[in-house]
Amino acid sequence: MIDRKHIGRTSKPHTVEVEKGRLRFFAKAIGETNPVYLDEEAAKAAGYRSLPAPPTFLFSIDLEQDNPFADIEDMGINLGKILHAEQAFTYHAPICAGDSITLQSEVVEIFDKKGGALEFLVQNYQAKNQNDELVAEMRRTLVVRN
Amino acid sequence: MSELNYDSLQVGDEIPSFTTPSINRTTLALFAGASGDHNPMHIDIDFAKKFGMDDVFAQGMLSMAYLGRLLTNWVPQSALRQYGVRFGSITNLRDKITCSGKVAEKYEEGGEKLIKLEVTAANQDGDVKLSGQAVIALS
Repeated sequence: MIDRKHIGRTSKPHTVEVEKGRLRFFAKAIGETNPVYLDEEAAKAAGYRSLPAPPTFLFSIDLEQDNPFADIEDMGINLGKILHAEQAFTYHAPICAGDSITLQSEVVEIFDKKGGALEFLVQNYQAKNQNDELVAEMRRTLVVRN
Repeated sequence: MSELNYDSLQVGDEIPSFTTPSINRTTLALFAGASGDHNPMHIDIDFAKKFGMDDVFAQGMLSMAYLGRLLTNWVPQSALRQYGVRFGSITNLRDKITCSGKVAEKYEEGGEKLIKLEVTAANQDGDVKLSGQAVIALS
């Protein structure tokens, strides 16, 4: 069982620079062909500073760490038993190539179903840019199959 | 789509859908690298078999990114306020994912005219892989 004392636990903030080449690679990998995501001139014509990060890219920014699951392991959760249950994003301002995004998560809920056979860990993340502007939030729900 | 605006849309209207090409091992390898999700369960069949799977399977976030394209094909990303999904069943190799969405609600909040879409990613057999909602601001 995940110790409920972890509710309220916050992660150490980490900062990632959003790179143009990486955004183009991501766009290619998801089959995106809209030039706004591939061609900086098209992005600027659409009003962006540079190539914009697609809607789910913030999740990838979180994975840019030596061990993106260190926090999960510290809570005593076995990585082999987790599945991604839900994922949600709230958008406040665009994230573009050249931005430095700082992410921090907080454990907001831990609960179980089926008599503890399934446990859920819900984390809220805040993403701020280099100007300390809150650009997006995300909510990740993992399920642990005990 | 110059006629796309809040007043012209009705609850139940469908937005333009699309179907991806068949998912193959290259799709998964490229997404692993591009997304930073290096979990071997999606790219290494030896690892997958060790954990009782017959084969590798697709990253859930790949289908969520496909559904994200459904949204940004329809409106500029700057109109997107919220987007969330629930992961249902595993997406397998050779699945073709159809992304579709329809208007579930129209409302005004915080001075904005908002559309709530119900979005779905399903395979060629109609098995729903992801379902979720997106909130979009329209003028």
